[in-house]
Amino acid sequence: MDYGTVFIILAIVFGLFMAWGIGANDVANAMATSVGSKALTIKQAVIIAAIFEFAGALLAGGQVTKTIRKGMVDAELLSNTPELLVYGMLASLLAAGIWLLIASFYGWPVSTTHSIVGAIVGFAAVGIGIEAVHWAKVGTIAMSWVVSPLLAGTISFILFSSVQKLIFNTDNPIENAKKYVPYYMFLVGFIIALVTLFKGLKHIGLETTTTENYVVACAVGLLVLIIGKIKISRIAINPDEDKDFHFANVEKIFAVLMMITACAMAFAHGSNDVANAVGPVAAVVAIVDSGGEVAQKSAMPIWVLLLGGIGIVVGLAMYGSRVIATVGSGITALTPSRGFAATLAASITVVLASGTGLPISTTHTLVGAVLGVGLARGIGALNLGIVRTIFLSWIVTLPAGAILAVIFFFILKAIFGT
Amino acid sequence: MVTKNYMYRLFGHSPIKPLQTHMAKVVVCVKELQPFFDAINQGDIERAKSLQKNISKLEKDADKLKKDLRMHLPTGLLMPVSRTDLLEVLRLQDQVANKSKDIAGIMIGRKMTFPPNMGELFVEYLARCVDAVEQANDTVNELDELVETGFRGTEVELVKSMLKKLDKIESETDRIQIKIRATLFKIENELPPIDVMFLYQTIEWIGDLADLSQRVGSRLQMMLAR
Repeated sequence: MDYGTVFIILAIVFGLFMAWGIGANDVANAMATSVGSKALTIKQAVIIAAIFEFAGALLAGGQVTKTIRKGMVDAELLSNTPELLVYGMLASLLAAGIWLLIASFYGWPVSTTHSIVGAIVGFAAVGIGIEAVHWAKVGTIAMSWVVSPLLAGTISFILFSSVQKLIFNTDNPIENAKKYVPYYMFLVGFIIALVTLFKGLKHIGLETTTTENYVVACAVGLLVLIIGKIKISRIAINPDEDKDFHFANVEKIFAVLMMITACAMAFAHGSNDVANAVGPVAAVVAIVDSGGEVAQKSAMPIWVLLLGGIGIVVGLAMYGSRVIATVGSGITALTPSRGFAATLAASITVVLASGTGLPISTTHTLVGAVLGVGLARGIGALNLGIVRTIFLSWIVTLPAGAILAVIFFFILKAIFGT
Repeated sequence: MVTKNYMYRLFGHSPIKPLQTHMAKVVVCVKELQPFFDAINQGDIERAKSLQKNISKLEKDADKLKKDLRMHLPTGLLMPVSRTDLLEVLRLQDQVANKSKDIAGIMIGRKMTFPPNMGELFVEYLARCVDAVEQANDTVNELDELVETGFRGTEVELVKSMLKKLDKIESETDRIQIKIRATLFKIENELPPIDVMFLYQTIEWIGDLADLSQRVGSRLQMMLAR
């Protein structure tokens, strides 16, 4: 490991670049539904995204990072040539980063998750050998890409149908909104907190029991509920606004809920997508730190997650706000009640996946959730062509990431030698 | 670059608002027939002519709105209403405007006047038919609320009662039509035969305004039932 420091610096630079790219581009997709439904201003969206993306990355990003770091490649095969794994991880970061750059230039619906997974599988299968890939794990990940949008769609359908039943289709929607919306707020806080706690916060030095988990999750839920109730009580109900569109005031109440759901979405996005950027960094750091040992027993250094969080926030501050503004302004068809159902369903799905250590695409999950609301006859018009585009993007991204990673792998191997 | 963003592209143009805008334009067009009939009734040909021109222009505007909406309805859209129902409502709405243009056009073209003592009856008949168009418009205006509630619950009941009222207005126009025909029948021998033929046709067309409105209502009913 002659070049240990060089490898770490390269890994950090590439990882930061990826995280920056996610912040500049990908966060906009996660926040767009909130801005589009006018529940948040651009400024609020950027602040919420910065805080909760960071928190999500730090508190709940560990599991997915672990999968990227050592779930997909059989390290045992490399115990004699640890540098190959370092080259591979660096190559994957570079491949995914460049592929994303190309894709966002042309506007292809490419997901960071798919790029990085394609790249890692590619370098492992070609650079090391087919048997070096944990195909069972990769298969599970691929399955989760199909399951996550479907699950999110189902949850959003159920959530929205319950909103219709409890609030919109009653004689007094405003009173019922005031009554039931706080329960949804509780649900947001409870689920996000519970999943995060169950997957353990060991890496920040917190260990909890099952009972404690439930108690804390309830407390978080209640806290969210109380904040929400106070906010709702401050809303001025103006009957005049209901003349043209009968549900204007109800939507005002939902806007508060949407604001809370936006936090959950940013948290979920941070917990899953930041891993794509820092997973390989963590792998490189672990190998170099242990002096070339690939057994990877060491725990993941917390600063790696911090790095990812910082990268995202910087990207968000530099370009993200602009992208959020433009994407959000295009999604005006979404009212807060729909936006909430879609966003909450997507957050729950993503946080669940993060907890299980499955790297999934937040945006694709959100698309699935929006379609779920559409199927409940809740949205004016949705382009179903987008589903086809997403499938196409999978077919293109996986081999593209893989081929690029293989090329960079051999270049790095040629430069640093074996 | 941003327009290529696929969260952005996921959301299509909602057809509901444009459909309502179109219907609103149709109502303005049809309502112009009332001052037009008054002008004919008072023998003010110049005023009638300028009103006819205006009706024709409003019909063209509605036509443009119709085409715009059709352009924004590619296949592969997931909408809360079926594309077929939507296009049919649009077509029927547009026919209401077409009919108004035809009525005004033929009355000016053939220099038609109302037979003695029948002017008031025509004005009353038209007013009731315009009521039907307005009731259809009110119902179309509930579509965004229907989308908001997901086509269920109390909002559906409200729309159903509005459609019932539309049916009631339409059958009233039928009754007035019978009365107006009977009145004309009694005096038709005293009038030039060709004029009488066209009067019967105009009576038919005025009734069509209410008929078409009712058919807009029936299509909305089908949207509810899906």
